Amino acid sequence: MEKQSLRKAYGDALVELGKQNSDVVALEADLGKSTMSCLFKDAFPDRYFEMGIAEQNMASTSAGLALGGKIPFYSTFAVFASGRAYDQIRCSIAIPRANVKICGSSCGLSDFGDGKTHQSIEDSNVIKTLPNMIVINPLDAVEVKKVMKFLLSYEGPAYIRINRNDLPVFTAEEGEFELGKLRTIVDGNDALIFATGAMVWKSVEAAGLLKKDGISAQVVNVSAVKPLVKEEILKYTAGKKAIITVEEAVKIGGLGAGIAAEIIGEVNLPFEQVGINDTFGTSAHGYDELLEKYGLSTNHIYNAVKRALNK
Amino acid sequence: MLKPEQKKELEKITLQLRRDLVEMIGIGVAGHLGGSSSLAETMAVLYFNKMNFSADRLKDPNRDRLVLSKGHAALIQYAALCEKGCFPREELKRVKKLDALLQGHPDLSIPGIEAVTGSLGQGLSISLGLALALRLNKSPARVYTIMGDGEQSEGQLWEASMAAANFKIDNLTAFLDWNSVQATGATKDIFNIPDLDKKWTSFGWHSINVDGHTVEAILNAIEEAETIKGKPTLIILKTIKGKGFSFAEGNPAYHNGILTEETYKQALKELDAIKAGL
Repeated sequence: MEKQSLRKAYGDALVELGKQNSDVVALEADLGKSTMSCLFKDAFPDRYFEMGIAEQNMASTSAGLALGGKIPFYSTFAVFASGRAYDQIRCSIAIPRANVKICGSSCGLSDFGDGKTHQSIEDSNVIKTLPNMIVINPLDAVEVKKVMKFLLSYEGPAYIRINRNDLPVFTAEEGEFELGKLRTIVDGNDALIFATGAMVWKSVEAAGLLKKDGISAQVVNVSAVKPLVKEEILKYTAGKKAIITVEEAVKIGGLGAGIAAEIIGEVNLPFEQVGINDTFGTSAHGYDELLEKYGLSTNHIYNAVKRALNK
Repeated sequence: MLKPEQKKELEKITLQLRRDLVEMIGIGVAGHLGGSSSLAETMAVLYFNKMNFSADRLKDPNRDRLVLSKGHAALIQYAALCEKGCFPREELKRVKKLDALLQGHPDLSIPGIEAVTGSLGQGLSISLGLALALRLNKSPARVYTIMGDGEQSEGQLWEASMAAANFKIDNLTAFLDWNSVQATGATKDIFNIPDLDKKWTSFGWHSINVDGHTVEAILNAIEEAETIKGKPTLIILKTIKGKGFSFAEGNPAYHNGILTEETYKQALKELDAIKAGL
Protein backbone atom coordinates (compact mmCIF):
# COMPACT_ATOMS: atom_id res chain seq x y z
CA MET A 1 0.00 0.00 0.00
CA GLU A 2 1.29 3.46 -0.89
CA LYS A 3 2.45 5.49 2.06
CA GLN A 4 2.21 9.28 2.23
CA SER A 5 3.34 11.95 4.64
CA LEU A 6 0.57 13.38 6.81
CA ARG A 7 2.82 16.32 7.63
CA LYS A 8 3.29 17.17 3.96
CA ALA A 9 -0.47 16.87 3.56
CA TYR A 10 -0.89 19.34 6.44
CA GLY A 11 1.52 21.85 4.88
CA ASP A 12 -0.01 21.48 1.41
CA ALA A 13 -3.52 21.83 2.80
CA LEU A 14 -2.50 24.92 4.76
CA VAL A 15 -1.25 26.55 1.56
CA GLU A 16 -4.49 25.58 -0.19
CA LEU A 17 -6.54 27.18 2.60
CA GLY A 18 -4.33 30.25 2.41
CA LYS A 19 -5.15 30.59 -1.29
CA GLN A 20 -8.86 30.22 -0.62
CA ASN A 21 -9.04 32.64 2.26
CA SER A 22 -6.72 35.58 2.83
CA ASP A 23 -7.59 35.60 6.56
CA VAL A 24 -5.74 32.31 7.09
CA VAL A 25 -2.49 32.88 8.99
CA ALA A 26 0.05 30.40 10.34
CA LEU A 27 2.24 30.46 13.43
CA GLU A 28 5.14 28.20 14.26
CA ALA A 29 7.61 27.64 17.09
CA ASP A 30 10.82 26.92 15.19
CA LEU A 31 9.67 23.52 13.95
CA GLY A 32 8.19 24.53 10.62
CA LYS A 33 10.43 22.12 8.74
CA SER A 34 9.04 19.23 10.80
CA THR A 35 5.41 20.27 10.90
CA MET A 36 5.66 21.43 7.25
CA SER A 37 4.11 24.78 8.02
CA CYS A 38 7.24 26.02 6.18
CA LEU A 39 5.27 25.50 2.96
CA PHE A 40 2.88 28.22 4.09
CA LYS A 41 5.82 30.48 4.91
CA ASP A 42 7.09 30.13 1.34
CA ALA A 43 3.68 30.83 -0.13
CA PHE A 44 2.52 33.62 2.19
CA PRO A 45 5.49 35.14 4.05
CA ASP A 46 3.41 38.09 5.29
CA ARG A 47 0.88 35.79 6.92
CA TYR A 48 3.41 33.50 8.59
CA PHE A 49 4.62 34.29 12.10
CA GLU A 50 7.74 32.62 13.40
CA MET A 51 7.11 32.87 17.13
CA GLY A 52 10.39 31.33 18.24
CA ILE A 53 10.52 28.64 20.89
CA ALA A 54 7.73 30.21 22.94
CA GLU A 55 4.59 28.11 22.70
CA GLN A 56 2.58 29.87 25.40
CA ASN A 57 2.94 33.18 23.62
CA MET A 58 2.15 31.47 20.32
CA ALA A 59 -1.14 30.10 21.70
CA SER A 60 -2.34 33.42 23.13
CA THR A 61 -1.11 35.42 20.13
CA SER A 62 -3.15 33.07 17.95
CA ALA A 63 -6.16 33.88 20.13
CA GLY A 64 -5.58 37.59 19.56
CA LEU A 65 -5.30 37.07 15.80
CA ALA A 66 -8.58 35.16 15.88
CA LEU A 67 -10.27 37.90 17.93
CA GLY A 68 -9.02 40.29 15.25
CA GLY A 69 -10.84 38.29 12.57
CA LYS A 70 -8.00 36.07 11.33
CA ILE A 71 -8.06 32.28 11.09
CA PRO A 72 -4.83 31.21 12.76
CA PHE A 73 -3.34 27.72 12.51
CA TYR A 74 -0.50 27.16 14.92
CA SER A 75 1.73 24.14 14.85
CA THR A 76 4.61 22.55 16.67
CA PHE A 77 5.27 19.14 18.23
CA ALA A 78 2.07 17.87 19.83
CA VAL A 79 3.52 17.71 23.31
CA PHE A 80 4.39 21.44 23.22
CA ALA A 81 1.39 22.54 21.17
CA SER A 82 -0.88 21.15 23.89
CA GLY A 83 0.66 20.65 27.31
CA ARG A 84 3.20 23.46 27.18
CA ALA A 85 0.38 25.89 26.47
CA TYR A 86 -2.48 24.19 28.32
CA ASP A 87 -3.60 27.20 30.35
CA GLN A 88 -3.18 29.50 27.35
CA ILE A 89 -5.39 27.16 25.31
CA ARG A 90 -7.88 27.09 28.18
CA CYS A 91 -8.13 30.82 28.90
CA SER A 92 -7.12 32.58 25.70
CA ILE A 93 -8.66 30.12 23.24
CA ALA A 94 -11.22 27.67 24.64
CA ILE A 95 -13.18 29.93 27.02
CA PRO A 96 -13.78 32.65 24.39
CA ARG A 97 -14.21 30.02 21.62
CA ALA A 98 -11.49 31.78 19.66
CA ASN A 99 -11.27 30.49 16.11
CA VAL A 100 -7.81 28.97 16.52
CA LYS A 101 -6.72 25.69 14.94
CA ILE A 102 -3.95 23.89 16.78
CA CYS A 103 -1.82 21.32 15.00
CA GLY A 104 -0.08 18.87 17.31
CA SER A 105 2.54 17.36 15.02
CA SER A 106 4.77 14.32 15.61
CA CYS A 107 2.08 12.99 17.93
CA GLY A 108 1.91 9.75 19.88
CA LEU A 109 5.09 7.68 19.83
CA SER A 110 5.96 8.78 16.31
CA ASP A 111 8.84 10.98 17.42
CA PHE A 112 10.50 7.69 18.33
CA GLY A 113 14.11 8.77 18.76
CA ASP A 114 13.50 11.78 20.96
CA GLY A 115 11.98 9.73 23.77
CA LYS A 116 9.53 10.45 26.53
CA THR A 117 9.93 14.23 26.69
CA HIS A 118 8.89 14.57 23.04
CA GLN A 119 6.40 11.72 22.67
CA SER A 120 2.91 13.03 23.06
CA ILE A 121 0.76 10.26 24.44
CA GLU A 122 -1.71 12.29 26.48
CA ASP A 123 -2.19 15.47 24.40
CA SER A 124 -5.53 14.52 22.88
CA ASN A 125 -6.85 13.25 26.24
CA VAL A 126 -5.93 16.49 27.98
CA ILE A 127 -7.22 18.85 25.31
CA LYS A 128 -10.53 17.05 24.93
CA THR A 129 -11.38 17.77 28.58
CA LEU A 130 -11.61 21.48 27.72
CA PRO A 131 -15.13 22.67 26.92
CA ASN A 132 -15.49 24.10 23.38
CA MET A 133 -12.50 22.13 22.05
CA ILE A 134 -12.76 19.43 19.42
CA VAL A 135 -9.97 16.89 18.83
CA ILE A 136 -9.36 15.18 15.51
CA ASN A 137 -6.91 12.37 14.68
CA PRO A 138 -6.64 11.92 10.91
CA LEU A 139 -5.78 8.36 9.85
CA ASP A 140 -3.95 9.13 6.60
CA ALA A 141 -2.78 11.96 4.33
CA VAL A 142 -6.08 12.08 2.46
CA GLU A 143 -8.02 12.50 5.67
CA VAL A 144 -5.63 15.26 6.80
CA LYS A 145 -6.61 17.26 3.71
CA LYS A 146 -10.31 16.68 4.29
CA VAL A 147 -10.02 17.66 7.94
CA MET A 148 -8.16 20.85 7.02
CA LYS A 149 -10.85 21.80 4.53
CA PHE A 150 -13.45 21.18 7.25
CA LEU A 151 -11.51 23.28 9.78
CA LEU A 152 -11.58 26.33 7.51
CA SER A 153 -15.37 26.34 7.59
CA TYR A 154 -15.67 25.29 11.24
CA GLU A 155 -16.02 28.36 13.47
CA GLY A 156 -14.32 27.56 16.78
CA PRO A 157 -11.20 26.12 18.34
CA ALA A 158 -9.88 22.74 17.23
CA TYR A 159 -6.96 20.43 17.88
CA ILE A 160 -5.66 18.25 15.07
CA ARG A 161 -3.12 15.52 15.77
CA ILE A 162 -0.62 14.65 13.03
CA ASN A 163 1.60 11.56 12.96
CA ARG A 164 5.27 12.04 12.07
CA ASN A 165 5.45 8.89 9.94
CA ASP A 166 4.36 8.26 6.41
CA LEU A 167 1.27 6.09 6.71
CA PRO A 168 -0.65 3.95 4.22
CA VAL A 169 -3.30 5.84 2.29
CA PHE A 170 -6.48 3.83 2.34
CA THR A 171 -9.30 6.33 2.26
CA ALA A 172 -10.84 7.77 -0.88
CA GLU A 173 -10.21 11.31 -2.11
CA GLU A 174 -13.93 11.82 -2.59
CA GLY A 175 -16.29 12.85 0.19
CA GLU A 176 -16.06 15.39 2.94
CA PHE A 177 -15.01 15.15 6.57
CA GLU A 178 -18.01 15.20 8.90
CA LEU A 179 -17.41 15.96 12.56
CA GLY A 180 -18.64 13.26 14.95
CA LYS A 181 -19.38 10.84 12.11
CA LEU A 182 -17.92 7.34 12.29
CA ARG A 183 -16.96 5.35 9.18
CA THR A 184 -16.55 1.67 8.49
CA ILE A 185 -13.16 0.87 6.99
CA VAL A 186 -13.51 -2.94 7.09
CA ASP A 187 -16.91 -4.60 7.39
CA GLY A 188 -17.46 -7.44 9.81
CA ASN A 189 -19.96 -8.87 12.25
CA ASP A 190 -18.22 -10.65 15.15
CA ALA A 191 -16.01 -8.06 16.80
CA LEU A 192 -16.32 -4.28 16.60
CA ILE A 193 -13.05 -2.32 16.59
CA PHE A 194 -13.21 1.44 17.15
CA ALA A 195 -9.82 2.86 16.17
CA THR A 196 -8.37 6.32 15.75
CA GLY A 197 -5.44 7.88 13.89
CA ALA A 198 -2.50 5.68 12.95
CA MET A 199 -4.12 2.81 14.82
CA VAL A 200 -6.82 2.44 12.19
CA TRP A 201 -4.37 0.93 9.72
CA LYS A 202 -2.99 -1.38 12.43
CA SER A 203 -6.56 -2.47 13.13
CA VAL A 204 -7.17 -3.14 9.45
CA GLU A 205 -4.11 -5.40 9.49
CA ALA A 206 -5.39 -7.13 12.64
CA ALA A 207 -8.78 -7.68 11.00
CA GLY A 208 -6.92 -9.39 8.13
CA LEU A 209 -5.20 -11.78 10.56
CA LEU A 210 -8.48 -12.50 12.34
CA LYS A 211 -10.15 -13.28 9.05
CA LYS A 212 -7.67 -16.12 8.53
CA ASP A 213 -8.92 -17.55 11.84
CA GLY A 214 -12.50 -17.25 10.65
CA ILE A 215 -13.23 -14.22 12.80
CA SER A 216 -14.97 -11.30 11.19
CA ALA A 217 -14.01 -7.94 12.71
CA GLN A 218 -15.48 -4.59 11.73
CA VAL A 219 -13.02 -1.68 11.83
CA VAL A 220 -14.62 1.69 12.42
CA ASN A 221 -12.64 4.91 12.09
CA VAL A 222 -13.21 7.39 14.88
CA SER A 223 -11.62 10.51 13.41
CA ALA A 224 -12.65 12.77 16.23
CA VAL A 225 -12.07 11.61 19.79
CA LYS A 226 -14.21 14.64 20.62
CA PRO A 227 -17.06 14.98 19.99
CA LEU A 228 -18.09 11.35 20.41
CA VAL A 229 -21.72 11.00 19.46
CA LYS A 230 -23.55 8.26 21.34
CA GLU A 231 -26.10 7.60 18.58
CA GLU A 232 -23.30 7.21 16.06
CA ILE A 233 -21.53 4.67 18.25
CA LEU A 234 -24.72 2.70 18.86
CA LYS A 235 -25.30 2.38 15.11
CA TYR A 236 -22.44 -0.10 15.01
CA THR A 237 -22.91 -2.17 18.15
CA ALA A 238 -26.04 -4.15 17.26
CA GLY A 239 -25.34 -7.84 16.68
CA LYS A 240 -21.69 -7.65 17.73
CA LYS A 241 -20.06 -10.02 20.23
CA ALA A 242 -17.33 -7.72 21.58
CA ILE A 243 -16.02 -4.15 21.42
CA ILE A 244 -12.35 -3.21 21.18
CA THR A 245 -10.99 0.33 21.18
CA VAL A 246 -7.55 1.16 19.77
CA GLU A 247 -5.65 4.40 20.25
CA GLU A 248 -2.09 5.71 20.24
CA ALA A 249 -2.56 7.46 23.57
CA VAL A 250 -2.66 6.65 27.25
CA LYS A 251 -5.82 4.75 28.11
CA ILE A 252 -6.71 7.08 30.97
CA GLY A 253 -9.18 9.57 29.58
CA GLY A 254 -8.72 8.42 26.01
CA LEU A 255 -10.89 7.05 23.21
CA GLY A 256 -11.66 3.78 25.03
CA ALA A 257 -12.75 5.60 28.15
CA GLY A 258 -14.87 7.94 26.03
CA ILE A 259 -16.62 5.15 24.14
CA ALA A 260 -17.17 3.16 27.34
CA ALA A 261 -18.75 6.17 29.03
CA GLU A 262 -21.17 6.66 26.12
CA ILE A 263 -22.36 3.05 25.88
CA ILE A 264 -22.34 1.86 29.47
CA GLY A 265 -25.84 0.82 30.41
CA GLU A 266 -26.87 0.77 26.75
CA VAL A 267 -24.75 -2.09 25.46
CA ASN A 268 -23.60 -5.09 27.44
CA LEU A 269 -20.67 -6.54 25.53
CA PRO A 270 -17.15 -7.67 26.43
CA PHE A 271 -14.85 -4.66 26.14
CA GLU A 272 -11.08 -4.44 25.60
CA GLN A 273 -8.92 -1.35 25.33
CA VAL A 274 -5.74 -1.21 23.29
CA GLY A 275 -3.77 1.83 24.30
CA ILE A 276 -0.81 2.91 26.36
CA ASN A 277 -0.75 2.00 30.04
CA ASP A 278 -0.05 4.59 32.70
CA THR A 279 3.54 5.15 31.63
CA PHE A 280 5.73 7.50 29.59
CA GLY A 281 7.50 6.45 26.38
CA THR A 282 11.17 5.86 25.69
CA SER A 283 13.66 6.32 22.86
CA ALA A 284 13.92 3.77 20.07
CA HIS A 285 15.47 3.54 16.63
CA GLY A 286 12.11 2.88 15.00
CA TYR A 287 8.44 3.67 15.44
CA ASP A 288 7.30 0.05 15.14
CA GLU A 289 9.60 -0.99 17.99
CA LEU A 290 7.70 1.39 20.24
CA LEU A 291 4.29 0.27 19.03
CA GLU A 292 5.39 -3.26 19.94
CA LYS A 293 6.75 -2.27 23.35
CA TYR A 294 3.69 -0.27 24.35
CA GLY A 295 1.13 -2.80 23.17
CA LEU A 296 -0.01 -1.09 19.97
CA SER A 297 1.13 -3.56 17.31
CA THR A 298 -1.12 -5.44 14.91
CA ASN A 299 -0.64 -8.55 17.06
CA HIS A 300 -1.69 -6.73 20.20
CA ILE A 301 -4.93 -5.72 18.52
CA TYR A 302 -5.43 -9.24 17.19
CA ASN A 303 -4.92 -10.67 20.70
CA ALA A 304 -7.22 -8.11 22.27
CA VAL A 305 -10.01 -9.08 19.91
CA LYS A 306 -9.50 -12.76 20.73
CA ARG A 307 -9.51 -12.01 24.47
CA ALA A 308 -12.68 -10.00 24.17
CA LEU A 309 -14.45 -12.68 22.16
CA ASN A 310 -13.45 -15.32 24.74
CA LYS A 311 -14.81 -13.35 27.68
CA MET B 1 -3.18 68.81 25.34
CA LEU B 2 -6.16 68.84 27.63
CA LYS B 3 -8.26 71.94 27.98
CA PRO B 4 -9.10 72.83 31.63
CA GLU B 5 -12.72 71.78 31.17
CA GLN B 6 -11.66 68.47 29.61
CA LYS B 7 -9.33 67.83 32.52
CA LYS B 8 -12.11 68.58 34.99
CA GLU B 9 -14.46 66.30 33.09
CA LEU B 10 -11.98 63.41 33.18
CA GLU B 11 -11.43 63.94 36.89
CA LYS B 12 -15.18 63.81 37.45
CA ILE B 13 -15.35 60.54 35.53
CA THR B 14 -12.47 59.18 37.59
CA LEU B 15 -14.45 59.93 40.75
CA GLN B 16 -17.54 58.29 39.32
CA LEU B 17 -15.56 55.16 38.41
CA ARG B 18 -14.23 54.94 41.97
CA ARG B 19 -17.75 55.40 43.34
CA ASP B 20 -18.97 52.59 41.09
CA LEU B 21 -16.17 50.38 42.40
CA VAL B 22 -17.32 50.86 45.97
CA GLU B 23 -20.95 50.25 45.05
CA MET B 24 -20.11 47.14 43.02
CA ILE B 25 -18.14 45.63 45.88
CA GLY B 26 -20.78 46.60 48.45
CA ILE B 27 -20.74 45.53 52.08
CA GLY B 28 -19.51 42.16 53.30
CA VAL B 29 -18.33 40.79 49.95
CA ALA B 30 -14.73 40.58 48.74
CA GLY B 31 -13.73 42.65 45.73
CA HIS B 32 -10.53 43.82 44.07
CA LEU B 33 -10.64 47.43 45.25
CA GLY B 34 -6.88 48.07 45.37
CA GLY B 35 -5.69 47.17 41.89
CA SER B 36 -8.89 48.53 40.34
CA SER B 37 -8.68 51.92 41.98
CA SER B 38 -5.07 52.37 40.92
CA LEU B 39 -6.29 52.33 37.30
CA ALA B 40 -9.17 54.82 37.54
CA GLU B 41 -7.33 57.71 35.82
CA THR B 42 -5.94 55.47 33.07
CA MET B 43 -9.39 54.02 32.32
CA ALA B 44 -10.90 57.52 32.25
CA VAL B 45 -8.27 58.80 29.80
CA LEU B 46 -8.48 55.77 27.52
CA TYR B 47 -12.24 55.34 27.31
CA PHE B 48 -13.31 58.99 27.65
CA ASN B 49 -10.61 60.79 25.73
CA LYS B 50 -8.28 58.64 23.71
CA MET B 51 -9.87 55.49 22.40
CA ASN B 52 -11.96 55.15 19.27
CA PHE B 53 -14.61 53.10 21.06
CA SER B 54 -18.32 53.48 21.50
CA ALA B 55 -21.17 51.32 22.75
CA ASP B 56 -23.10 51.51 19.48
CA ARG B 57 -20.30 49.96 17.41
CA LEU B 58 -18.69 47.35 19.61
CA LYS B 59 -17.89 45.18 16.58
CA ASP B 60 -16.43 47.96 14.42
CA PRO B 61 -13.25 46.35 13.06
CA ASN B 62 -11.43 49.68 13.40
CA ARG B 63 -12.26 50.26 17.06
CA ASP B 64 -9.34 50.60 19.45
CA ARG B 65 -8.98 47.59 21.75
CA LEU B 66 -8.28 47.53 25.47
CA VAL B 67 -7.13 44.24 26.97
CA LEU B 68 -6.90 44.12 30.74
CA SER B 69 -4.14 41.59 31.26
CA LYS B 70 -4.44 42.08 35.03
CA GLY B 71 -7.98 40.75 34.75
CA HIS B 72 -8.63 40.83 38.48
CA ALA B 73 -9.06 44.61 38.09
CA ALA B 74 -12.16 43.93 35.97
CA LEU B 75 -14.36 46.10 38.19
CA ILE B 76 -12.73 49.34 37.03
CA GLN B 77 -13.18 48.32 33.40
CA TYR B 78 -16.82 47.37 34.08
CA ALA B 79 -17.35 50.79 35.65
CA ALA B 80 -15.90 52.48 32.56
CA LEU B 81 -17.86 50.32 30.12
CA CYS B 82 -21.05 51.06 32.07
CA GLU B 83 -20.35 54.81 31.87
CA LYS B 84 -19.85 54.34 28.13
CA GLY B 85 -23.32 52.79 27.95
CA CYS B 86 -22.30 49.23 27.08
CA PHE B 87 -24.81 47.79 29.56
CA PRO B 88 -27.40 49.12 32.04
CA ARG B 89 -26.33 50.37 35.45
CA GLU B 90 -28.41 47.67 37.18
CA GLU B 91 -25.80 45.15 36.01
CA LEU B 92 -23.22 46.74 38.32
CA LYS B 93 -25.27 45.67 41.34
CA ARG B 94 -25.25 42.05 40.21
CA VAL B 95 -21.52 41.69 39.54
CA LYS B 96 -20.23 38.16 40.25
CA LYS B 97 -23.70 36.93 41.25
CA LEU B 98 -24.93 33.63 39.82
CA ASP B 99 -25.80 34.02 36.12
CA ALA B 100 -24.87 37.72 36.15
CA LEU B 101 -23.54 39.45 33.03
CA LEU B 102 -20.52 40.80 34.88
CA GLN B 103 -18.20 37.92 35.71
CA GLY B 104 -15.42 37.87 38.28
CA HIS B 105 -12.89 38.31 35.49
CA PRO B 106 -13.28 39.77 31.98
CA ASP B 107 -15.28 37.53 29.67
CA LEU B 108 -16.17 37.94 26.01
CA SER B 109 -19.85 37.65 26.90
CA ILE B 110 -19.63 41.15 28.42
CA PRO B 111 -20.24 43.96 25.90
CA GLY B 112 -17.03 45.92 25.36
CA ILE B 113 -14.68 43.27 26.71
CA GLU B 114 -12.16 42.21 24.07
CA ALA B 115 -10.44 39.16 25.61
CA VAL B 116 -10.72 36.60 28.37
CA THR B 117 -8.09 37.47 30.95
CA GLY B 118 -7.39 36.67 34.55
CA SER B 119 -4.90 33.88 34.18
CA LEU B 120 -2.03 36.33 34.44
CA GLY B 121 0.54 36.87 31.74
CA GLN B 122 -1.63 36.17 28.70
CA GLY B 123 -3.03 39.61 27.91
CA LEU B 124 0.05 40.98 26.19
CA SER B 125 0.23 37.96 23.87
CA ILE B 126 -3.45 38.32 22.98
CA SER B 127 -2.86 42.02 22.34
CA LEU B 128 0.08 41.19 20.11
CA GLY B 129 -2.19 38.92 18.08
CA LEU B 130 -4.80 41.67 17.82
CA ALA B 131 -2.13 44.17 16.79
CA LEU B 132 -0.82 41.81 14.10
CA ALA B 133 -4.36 41.27 12.79
CA LEU B 134 -4.97 45.04 12.66
CA ARG B 135 -1.66 45.58 10.88
CA LEU B 136 -2.48 42.90 8.29
CA ASN B 137 -5.79 44.67 7.72
CA LYS B 138 -4.05 48.06 7.47
CA SER B 139 -6.37 49.30 10.19
CA PRO B 140 -5.58 52.58 11.95
CA ALA B 141 -6.80 51.10 15.25
CA ARG B 142 -4.54 50.70 18.24
CA VAL B 143 -4.33 48.08 20.97
CA TYR B 144 -3.87 48.96 24.64
CA THR B 145 -2.92 46.43 27.29
CA ILE B 146 -2.77 46.92 31.01
CA MET B 147 -0.47 44.70 33.06
CA GLY B 148 0.22 44.61 36.77
CA ASP B 149 3.61 44.87 38.43
CA GLY B 150 3.09 41.58 40.28
CA GLU B 151 2.21 40.07 36.92
CA GLN B 152 5.71 40.86 35.65
CA SER B 153 6.91 37.56 37.14
CA GLU B 154 4.91 35.62 34.53
CA GLY B 155 7.36 34.33 31.92
CA GLN B 156 4.87 34.54 29.08
CA LEU B 157 4.93 38.34 29.30
CA TRP B 158 8.59 38.31 28.37
CA GLU B 159 7.95 35.95 25.48
CA ALA B 160 5.32 38.41 24.25
CA SER B 161 7.60 41.36 24.91
CA MET B 162 10.35 39.89 22.74
CA ALA B 163 7.90 38.87 20.02
CA ALA B 164 6.28 42.32 19.84
CA ALA B 165 9.70 43.94 19.42
CA ASN B 166 10.72 41.28 16.92
CA PHE B 167 7.67 42.02 14.78
CA LYS B 168 8.30 45.80 15.12
CA ILE B 169 4.78 46.28 16.42
CA ASP B 170 3.98 49.98 16.88
CA ASN B 171 0.19 49.90 17.11
CA LEU B 172 0.40 48.40 20.58
CA THR B 173 0.83 50.39 23.79
CA ALA B 174 1.18 48.52 27.05
CA PHE B 175 0.72 49.98 30.52
CA LEU B 176 2.39 48.68 33.63
CA ASP B 177 0.33 49.56 36.69
CA TRP B 178 3.22 49.89 39.10
CA ASN B 179 1.27 50.05 42.35
CA SER B 180 3.96 48.12 44.25
CA VAL B 181 1.58 45.74 46.03
CA GLN B 182 0.47 42.27 44.97
CA ALA B 183 -1.92 39.74 46.50
CA THR B 184 0.04 38.90 49.61
CA GLY B 185 2.29 41.86 50.22
CA ALA B 186 4.66 44.44 48.79
CA THR B 187 5.92 43.42 45.35
CA LYS B 188 9.52 44.10 46.38
CA ASP B 189 9.14 41.57 49.21
CA ILE B 190 7.20 38.91 47.31
CA PHE B 191 9.13 38.77 44.05
CA ASN B 192 11.39 41.72 43.49
CA ILE B 193 12.18 42.57 39.87
CA PRO B 194 14.78 45.32 39.79
CA ASP B 195 15.21 47.70 36.87
CA LEU B 196 11.86 46.89 35.28
CA ASP B 197 12.17 49.92 33.07
CA LYS B 198 15.59 48.82 31.76
CA LYS B 199 14.36 45.29 31.19
CA TRP B 200 11.61 46.44 28.86
CA THR B 201 13.83 48.86 26.96
CA SER B 202 16.53 46.21 26.59
CA PHE B 203 13.85 43.92 25.15
CA GLY B 204 13.34 46.49 22.40
CA TRP B 205 10.54 48.66 23.76
CA HIS B 206 10.26 52.39 24.08
CA SER B 207 9.34 53.22 27.67
CA ILE B 208 7.80 56.21 29.41
CA ASN B 209 7.39 56.77 33.15
CA VAL B 210 4.41 58.78 34.37
CA ASP B 211 2.38 59.56 37.45
CA GLY B 212 -0.56 57.22 36.99
CA HIS B 213 -2.94 59.46 38.92
CA THR B 214 -2.51 62.55 36.73
CA VAL B 215 -4.74 62.52 33.68
CA GLU B 216 -2.63 64.97 31.62
CA ALA B 217 0.53 62.93 32.20
CA ILE B 218 -1.20 59.73 31.10
CA LEU B 219 -2.62 61.39 28.03
CA ASN B 220 0.74 62.90 27.06
CA ALA B 221 2.40 59.50 27.38
CA ILE B 222 -0.22 57.86 25.16
CA GLU B 223 0.27 60.59 22.57
CA GLU B 224 4.04 60.14 22.72
CA ALA B 225 3.56 56.39 22.17
CA GLU B 226 1.59 57.13 18.99
CA THR B 227 4.64 58.88 17.53
CA ILE B 228 7.02 55.96 18.16
CA LYS B 229 7.49 53.91 14.99
CA GLY B 230 8.89 50.41 14.54
CA LYS B 231 8.67 49.39 18.17
CA PRO B 232 6.05 48.99 20.90
CA THR B 233 5.77 51.38 23.83
CA LEU B 234 5.44 50.64 27.53
CA ILE B 235 3.94 53.31 29.79
CA ILE B 236 4.92 52.71 33.38
CA LEU B 237 2.22 54.17 35.59
CA LYS B 238 3.47 55.01 39.05
CA THR B 239 0.34 54.42 41.09
CA ILE B 240 -0.96 53.80 44.57
CA LYS B 241 -2.88 50.62 45.21
CA GLY B 242 -6.31 51.52 46.62
CA LYS B 243 -5.82 55.17 45.55
CA GLY B 244 -8.54 57.48 46.83
CA PHE B 245 -9.44 55.46 49.91
CA SER B 246 -7.27 56.27 52.92
CA PHE B 247 -7.80 52.90 54.61
CA ALA B 248 -6.89 50.96 51.45
CA GLU B 249 -3.95 52.92 50.04
CA GLY B 250 -0.90 50.66 49.83
CA ASN B 251 -2.69 48.04 51.94
CA PRO B 252 -2.45 44.46 50.61
CA ALA B 253 -5.62 43.58 52.56
CA TYR B 254 -7.59 45.41 49.86
CA HIS B 255 -6.08 43.49 46.97
CA ASN B 256 -9.27 41.46 47.24
CA GLY B 257 -10.78 42.61 50.51
CA ILE B 258 -14.17 42.96 52.14
CA LEU B 259 -15.67 46.38 52.82
CA THR B 260 -17.40 46.59 56.18
CA GLU B 261 -20.35 48.92 56.65
CA GLU B 262 -17.93 51.35 58.22
CA THR B 263 -15.28 51.29 55.46
CA TYR B 264 -17.98 51.37 52.80
CA LYS B 265 -19.45 54.56 54.25
CA GLN B 266 -16.02 56.03 54.75
CA ALA B 267 -15.08 55.31 51.14
CA LEU B 268 -18.13 57.18 49.83
CA LYS B 269 -17.50 60.05 52.21
CA GLU B 270 -13.92 60.42 51.01
CA LEU B 271 -15.08 60.49 47.40
CA ASP B 272 -17.66 63.16 48.27
CA ALA B 273 -14.95 65.28 49.86
CA ILE B 274 -12.82 65.12 46.69
CA LYS B 275 -15.86 65.95 44.57
CA ALA B 276 -16.59 69.03 46.67
CA GLY B 277 -13.05 70.26 45.95
CA LEU B 278 -13.28 69.86 42.16
